[in-house]
Amino acid sequence: MWTWFHRLASPPTFYRFAERLAPWLLIAGLALIGVGVWQGLFVAPADYQQGDAFRIIYVHVPAAALSLSIYTAMAVAGAIALIWRMKLAEVAVVSAAPIGASFTALALVTGMLWGKPTWGAYWVWDARLTSELVLLFLYLGVIGLNQAYSDPRTAARACAWLALVGVVNVPIVHYSVQWWNSLHQGSTILSAEAIANPKMAPSMLKPLLMSMAGSYLFFGAVWLRRMQNGVLVRERRAKWVRAFAGQALLAEGSNARPGMAGPGLVEAATPRQGRQDDADRGRGA
Amino acid sequence: MTKRNQRLLGVAALLIGVGVAATLGFTAFRKNMMYFYTPSDLAAGTVPVGAAAQLGGLVEAGSLTRGEGLKVEFRVADCAKNVAVRYEGVLPDLFREGQGVVADGYMTAEKVFVATRILAKHDENYMPPQVADALKGDPESGKHSCMPFKAVAANAG
Repeated sequence: MWTWFHRLASPPTFYRFAERLAPWLLIAGLALIGVGVWQGLFVAPADYQQGDAFRIIYVHVPAAALSLSIYTAMAVAGAIALIWRMKLAEVAVVSAAPIGASFTALALVTGMLWGKPTWGAYWVWDARLTSELVLLFLYLGVIGLNQAYSDPRTAARACAWLALVGVVNVPIVHYSVQWWNSLHQGSTILSAEAIANPKMAPSMLKPLLMSMAGSYLFFGAVWLRRMQNGVLVRERRAKWVRAFAGQALLAEGSNARPGMAGPGLVEAATPRQGRQDDADRGRGA
Repeated sequence: MTKRNQRLLGVAALLIGVGVAATLGFTAFRKNMMYFYTPSDLAAGTVPVGAAAQLGGLVEAGSLTRGEGLKVEFRVADCAKNVAVRYEGVLPDLFREGQGVVADGYMTAEKVFVATRILAKHDENYMPPQVADALKGDPESGKHSCMPFKAVAANAG
C-alpha cells in the first residue's frame, strides 16, 4: 500500500492518475448536483414555515460543508508538505485555496439571500456568520501569500503554515451554533444528534445529500485539474513534461501542419518565436 | 532526532499551541461570543437599564397582543424565565407564537424590553406542511425548542 502511495507522490504518476480520474469525478459530480438540485427545486415539498425560500439549502449547505472540508484538506496537505517536504502536497495546498474561497463566498452569499426573507436581515455579527467570514479571509490570505513569493516552494510552505494556523477556525465555525448563542440555527444534518434523529423530512433530505455528494466529487475533479496544472508549471523543465508536451504537439501538428511539430519544437517554443507561436499559443508549452 | 521528526514536532506544537490558545481565549470571552441575552439573563439583572442589548427567546404562546398600527406586545421566554417585549414596526414573515426571535433594544426600569428591531430565529427542523399538520395534535409541535437559548451570565437561569 505504501509503495502505491509513494509512487502516486511522483509528479508524472500523479499526472496520469489524475488525468484518468478527474473526468469521471466531474461527470459523476455534475450528474449528482444536477439531479439533486433539480429534485430540490422542483420535486421536494415546500417547507411548512419558510415555503419555497428554504430551497436555497440545496446550494448553501453543500457550499458551507465544502468550505470547511476544503480548509481541513488544505491543512492536512500543508502538514504533509511541511513535514515530508512532498512537492505534490505543496501543489495541493496552493491549488485548493481558490476553490475553497469560491465555495466560502457562495455559502456566504446564499446565506445572506436566505437571511433577508427568513430572519429579516442580510447580515448580523453572530458567531457563525463572523467565523465563516474569517474563513473566507483565511483562504484569501493563503491565495495572497502564495502570490507574495517568487519561489513557488517557499510560497507553498508559507501557505502551509497559514493553513495550519487557520485550521483552528474550522471547529469554531462548525460548533459556533452549539457553543454560543447565535442567530444562525443549529445543524440540520451534520451533527451526531441530527444523524440519530433526522431533523428534515426524507423527501427534502435526499436531494440535499445528492447535491452534497455531487459537490464533493465536483471539488475532487477541480482540485485534481488545478493540481495537474500546478505540477506541469513547476515541472516544466523536467523531461517527462517535455516529452508530454512533445506528444501533444505531435498529435496536433499531424493534423494542422504536417512536418512542423515534433518533440524538438518544445524547447524552441518560447513567446519570442514567430510563426510557430501562433500554433502554440495557449498550450503553456 | 531527524530533521523530519523535528518538523513533525514543530507542526504538532503549533497545532496544540493554537488550539490551547483558542480554547483559553474563547472560554474567557464566552460572554462576548454570545449574540444575545436570554430572559434569564435579563431577570438576573445582567444588562443595565437603558443599555443596548439583544434579547433572544421564544415568543410565548398566547402572549401576543396587537395594538394600534404596528404596535405589538408579547413575552419572550427561554427554558426558565420570560420577559415582556414592546415593539412598533415591521415584523419578519416567520414571526409567530412559539417562534424563536432575536430582538435589538433595551430594558426599561419597569422590566419591559423595548425592541427597535426584531429578527426571526429559525430552527433546524424542515418538513412539508402535511407533516406539520399531522403533528398538530402534539402540543410540542410547531413550537421551537428553548434549548438553543443559553444564558450568558453564570448566575442566571
